[in-house]
Amino acid sequence: MAMQFYTSPEQIMRDRSEYARKGVSRGRGVVVLTCADGVLFVAENPSTALHKVSEIYDRIGFAAVGRYNEYENLRAAGVRMADLRGYSYARRDVTARALANAYSATLGAIFQEQTKPFEVELCVAEVAPNPVNDELYRLTYDGSIADEKGFVAMGGQAEGIANVLKAEHSTDMALADALALGVKALGSVGGEGGAPRQLPATALEVALLDRRRTGRTFRRITGNALTALLPPPAGGSAETPESKPAEGKASE
Amino acid sequence: MASGLDPSGRLNAYFLNAGTSSFTDFLSAVAPDLLPGRRPLPPGQVDVPHATTIVALTFADGVVMAGDRRATMGNLIASRDIEKVHPADPYSLVGIAGTAGVGKELIRLFQVELEHYEKIEGTMLSLEGKANRLATMIRNNLGAALQGLAVIPIYAGYDLDAPDPAKAGRIFSFDITGGVYEETDFDGVGSGSLFAKAALKRLHRPGLSRDEAVRVAIEALYDAADEDTATGGPDVVRRIYPIVMTATAAGTERVSDEEAATVAASIVESRRRP
Repeated sequence: MAMQFYTSPEQIMRDRSEYARKGVSRGRGVVVLTCADGVLFVAENPSTALHKVSEIYDRIGFAAVGRYNEYENLRAAGVRMADLRGYSYARRDVTARALANAYSATLGAIFQEQTKPFEVELCVAEVAPNPVNDELYRLTYDGSIADEKGFVAMGGQAEGIANVLKAEHSTDMALADALALGVKALGSVGGEGGAPRQLPATALEVALLDRRRTGRTFRRITGNALTALLPPPAGGSAETPESKPAEGKASE
Repeated sequence: MASGLDPSGRLNAYFLNAGTSSFTDFLSAVAPDLLPGRRPLPPGQVDVPHATTIVALTFADGVVMAGDRRATMGNLIASRDIEKVHPADPYSLVGIAGTAGVGKELIRLFQVELEHYEKIEGTMLSLEGKANRLATMIRNNLGAALQGLAVIPIYAGYDLDAPDPAKAGRIFSFDITGGVYEETDFDGVGSGSLFAKAALKRLHRPGLSRDEAVRVAIEALYDAADEDTATGGPDVVRRIYPIVMTATAAGTERVSDEEAATVAASIVESRRRP
């Protein structure tokens, strides 16, 4: 009979954490931030079909980094849970808090019980009538849940991204400003020799939970709508004149 | 259980590995008691509210659907302001005639079904696909229908994939066994539909403008209410008017009560004996 080596529980958990953290940090970043117009999702994602950002329910959105098949499974499970609740009670009774709790319990159980933990990090966001009341929940591979204020940054080098956001973010930003900040934060890491990168519209996945809409508030900002909102590639000098027409577009 | 969660609060295997984009299929696995048409029915008949006449017709930019506001229970009026026409999703409309309670439940399930598919798959069902889903739901209700709880819907929408935009407005009718039939130009369901369709045959022509189509729809309901006691006409005393909705490339839109009132008033005026 093969000899069973003793491994301490601490060691097992540490190994699993390290494994999951490595998987998550390999991916490109996603930021979620509240602004005057709603909750904005900006992801670095060249694919237009494999989404990192999605709609869950009327006022709830979902963003994820890590292994696609794992977070896609969780996203679909979240849609099922939200639709089931909304159908059996009422649409108003579907909340981000309940969903985040279910994700937390699920991720926690998988982390403890299965040999391989999920290599994902999630953000569940709910837009409120007032920016101060927006809810952003960050969930990590081990089921930890944190209620973040204002913004969430996830993925590779998330700390560097978060530092840029922390310095400049405020909840009453206009949509175009918030988008510019999100893109700048994502581009602030991963450049050669620490130089900031310019992210073109084709490398971005952008969506908004629109505060002023009723019913389903989630909308993707793609194509021309996105290029009109983004600051011109030269950047810097022409900031004020360019942000005005962009705001007009956003309010349509 | 309604929340569908394990006692530990985690999402169970049904949620994570459901393998279906259909909300109805998912419900039948986790909460079959929430599905209409799956409940054993005791023998016997009950008196329940019945919803009546709905009409739909195509026009230049899409389709118009309109329904009167009356629900009846035998010889009594059960409701004067029931709403029988609803948006099914951003580009289509559904109306129900027959047992009001079952019909309302079916519409709610159908709306969730379409939204659920769109969210899971990231793309909308085709218009035929939506009509077929609705047909399946009606088919599942056959047992109840045979005991007097029949529901007959009418479905109309703007087909985003239509090769010819002038023919993008499409109408589907159904029978009690789940048969689905595409109609040309116009159709109606419910007790007064015979009279409404006669009016539509006379008034409808291809390429109507939106305002003309709204007027034709309200006029057809007026004719139905004239001949059928279960169909309500414009109620000027309580200011209750038919619900009229349009589905076009710009989405679904409800015609305002004020506009419906103006159109109804002008129809009444045109019919008044000099």
